[in-house]
Amino acid sequence: MANADCIIIQGSNMAECHPVGYQWVAEAKARGAKVIHIDPRFTRTSAVSDKHIPIRAGSDVVLLGALINYVITNDLWFKEYVGAYTNAATLVHDDYRDAEDLGGLFSGFDPEKRAYDTSSWSYAEAEDGTIDDPGPGSEHGEDATARAAGHAYGSGGPPLEHAEVQRDDSLQDPRTVFQIVKRHYARYTAEMVRDMCGIDVADFEYLARAITENSGRDRTTCFAYAVGWTQHSLGAQFIRAAAILQLLLGNMGRPGGGIMALRGHASIQGSTDIPTLFNLLPGYLPMPSAGRHDSLGEYLEAVGSKQQKGYWADADAYTISLLKAWWGDAANEDNDWAYDYLPRLTGAHGTYETVMGMLEDEVEGYFLLGQNPAVGSAHGRMQRLGMSHLKWLVVRDLNLIESATWWKDGPEIESGELRTEDIETEVFFLPAATHVEKAGSFTQTQRLLQWRHQAVAPPGECQSELQFFFELGQRIREKLADSQDERDRPLLDLTWDYPVDEHGDPDAEAVLAEINGRHLAGPDAGEPLSAYTELRADGSTSAGCWIYTGVYADGFNHAANRKPGQEQGPAASEWGWAWPANRRILYNRASADPAGKPWSERKKYIWWDQEQGKWIGDDVPDFPLDRAPGSHPDPSVGGAAALSGDDPFIMQADGKGWLFAPKGLMDGPLPTHYEAQESPVANALYPQQQSPARLVFPRADNLSAPSAGTPGADVYPYVFTTYRLTEHHTAGGMSRWLPYLSELQPEMFCEVSPELAAERGLEPYGWATIISPRSAIEAKVLVTDRMRPLAVGGHTVHQIGLPYHWGVGSNAVVSGDAANDLLGVTLDPNVQIQESKVASCDIRPGRRPRGEQLLALVAEYQARAGLTTETGNRAVTDPTMED
Amino acid sequence: MQSVCPYCAVGCGQRVYVKDEKVIQIEGDPDSPISRGRLCPKGSASEQLVNSPGRQTKVLYRAPRSTEWERLDLATAVEMVADRFIETRRRTWQQEDDQGRLLRRTMGIASLGGATLDNEENYLIKKLFTAAGAVQTENQARI
Repeated sequence: MANADCIIIQGSNMAECHPVGYQWVAEAKARGAKVIHIDPRFTRTSAVSDKHIPIRAGSDVVLLGALINYVITNDLWFKEYVGAYTNAATLVHDDYRDAEDLGGLFSGFDPEKRAYDTSSWSYAEAEDGTIDDPGPGSEHGEDATARAAGHAYGSGGPPLEHAEVQRDDSLQDPRTVFQIVKRHYARYTAEMVRDMCGIDVADFEYLARAITENSGRDRTTCFAYAVGWTQHSLGAQFIRAAAILQLLLGNMGRPGGGIMALRGHASIQGSTDIPTLFNLLPGYLPMPSAGRHDSLGEYLEAVGSKQQKGYWADADAYTISLLKAWWGDAANEDNDWAYDYLPRLTGAHGTYETVMGMLEDEVEGYFLLGQNPAVGSAHGRMQRLGMSHLKWLVVRDLNLIESATWWKDGPEIESGELRTEDIETEVFFLPAATHVEKAGSFTQTQRLLQWRHQAVAPPGECQSELQFFFELGQRIREKLADSQDERDRPLLDLTWDYPVDEHGDPDAEAVLAEINGRHLAGPDAGEPLSAYTELRADGSTSAGCWIYTGVYADGFNHAANRKPGQEQGPAASEWGWAWPANRRILYNRASADPAGKPWSERKKYIWWDQEQGKWIGDDVPDFPLDRAPGSHPDPSVGGAAALSGDDPFIMQADGKGWLFAPKGLMDGPLPTHYEAQESPVANALYPQQQSPARLVFPRADNLSAPSAGTPGADVYPYVFTTYRLTEHHTAGGMSRWLPYLSELQPEMFCEVSPELAAERGLEPYGWATIISPRSAIEAKVLVTDRMRPLAVGGHTVHQIGLPYHWGVGSNAVVSGDAANDLLGVTLDPNVQIQESKVASCDIRPGRRPRGEQLLALVAEYQARAGLTTETGNRAVTDPTMED
Repeated sequence: MQSVCPYCAVGCGQRVYVKDEKVIQIEGDPDSPISRGRLCPKGSASEQLVNSPGRQTKVLYRAPRSTEWERLDLATAVEMVADRFIETRRRTWQQEDDQGRLLRRTMGIASLGGATLDNEENYLIKKLFTAAGAVQTENQARI
């Protein structure tokens, strides 16, 4: 970010939520970069930006789509970059129909299944076939829809069967990606932005000029976002829209470019790489799904075809090395490397599905590991009631968080819905070690692994997760040691032997070494691997997470590299270790032109050195080191060998950046504006109001407010959005127990505009009650012109800001009502993330009622709005479109 | 001792000062090329994360229908959790689906958490739960 000439922060309050990272934005600004903050609220980020542009929550695709349209219409796209490095010239299948033609739906939508058959979105292929057509790889109709479930893919998305695509380099063919994109966004205009986002035309033009004037050979623009973009029913498409814009402007793979995900937990990146997530195995390999990945062969074919370009073609080496790391000698060629030791998915098993499983009494036991869903997850009441159905609950935390004490002091005890004496759940509270009481690595938001050394031993009975899970695994294995049951083999054959210290704490470096992987055969047997390119599919290597291979190269812990920053260049490659291969900027081959020369002296980063016959520069090149710029290998050879000298996107099946996504997304190949599940505004772009493929849960305990234009919408007339403060951390488990931080931000409040305060009679610093179809909470009133009413579609939209750090309990230094109790559960179909950045509510002065009166208030609103489980949950808005 | 801030994902460098086996101060690490010695209010308060008076250092147990916590020693607690894990897994085991396809899993055990934990810890959690067939492991990255 320090190298950017223009920085757009949208969907993030970076200066308050990542204050120390913000110094690099400040540094760029001091050098003359333009910083623009686009957010429903004026925050401290806005205060230190060149300009704040208020936006209606949830309307970001309109704005980004209008920027795409502006770039294309005004001929401001980076032609050499786009032509060579993106799929702009690739032809799409004849059967493809755009949302422009079908009232907001793409071809292939099945209203019964509420899902797309994505086969018509694929690339066209010579001789009238499609890339899917030939041979046994064919997938149409039912199969394709079933296969298209977003959770079934790793980060590479689904494979293309091969990389032989049809191109029209003139970009004139209406079936080219470029023409499809151009047409798709033609109605996303400055006037549409005014009418849908509440942004006036002059502000839009200021933004569009700032971005385009700071993109090209000499200049780069970067975007930064956080959960303001992800927590929507079409969150993945918000980020895709930014990706299209950044590809058109040539801002990917270059210094000062990119789309920066500002992540909010110390190792949330690491917990995605080595995933405690249901749908992934380490290194973005998918968890196998029944019916799609029944055999290892099917699995590998689905993850990465040998005929496609790039490094996912080596998925067999990554997968088999993982199985060798976990099951050692028990994983061999005769049993397909113990592939059948892996459990199978049968759909989405995300955290919200799990909570609904608790309510159905299907889930008996639950571990909470440094997480406080009673406060931090959407629909807190559903979370707490779900836990009350458990047989046993293990909470491992530093403090007695609300998720550990809901059975005695939670809101449902107060409301009378639960009675402590009736709750059967056994609760174990096990105290955890802090970050200074254990050694290990965090992976921060730029993929950088940083090792922490242990400073002191944990106090009392506190333990690291490493020790707890190692010991739990040992106990379970001991208890099952005599089992003849075949189901216990994966546990008994598991490699589970780590050296421990005098307190029984396992050596974290030994675990890191296993993650890195080693040679298992040949002269180097037992030695650590140096790079993922050394991994083999023949059982001669092991690696617990292939993208981390190299962190322990030469038996040295590179995550602990600590050459002081002041003694290094800007890439600081000797501080920590970035996956993959210690590369600091991904896809950095794109920082040079197709001939391998830097786009400009000013933005020089990686380039081709003719004399040495290799790529060199300020970073580790993210490209086959000796692949000359002009080389054009036969694409049919597949894998990295098939990458042309101008294929910088080495993890994509065709080596190109995808403006149009022919596969991999559940809800459309191009980002398209839909309104949120709950919205007071009608979609002015299409008859389709909400994303047709969003995941809804029509349940009596998960009612939705009616959308604009339907009866009852005026009962919940306002929009609320949730956010964080500098002084607290998510659900408060690591901040509301600290006296310093509690004193700095002692109580729950809501931010409202003076206009809304006047409309509803809210007194500054008095109390307000906020009511949604799920619950009602109270908060102190902060009247501020930081919240600005927006003129949208001819009427005024009021937005209310709610920090979500507080919860109801009796153990924290400070407590209060939880904003997340107001939220329902509606999910993005690609990633199962909930829509928590925009929803509908009412607000009125005074405190909320207590006890049963609280439930009565919520029910009175529901009745007045006429809510049923059908409300807001139609897949296709206009029933005539279903034919 | 060099460390890393445990709050957001910027990854600011910390220096942890220890005296008589107690953490007495945590400051920004000026050597870090990411943070250059700075910490935000949360990072600056992290000494209290370690030493705050409200921190729990003992195992607690709440029996079914009980209104209060009771004390349990750590070894007993781990033993009890292991027993419940095995029992639930056995009771809720799904070997195959209705079409005879392998499932090899339990939907009776779930976990949530990991974004505040170390890579090595997440690795052991994922490895153990996958081997046990407990597919419902999740963390903040989904939220």
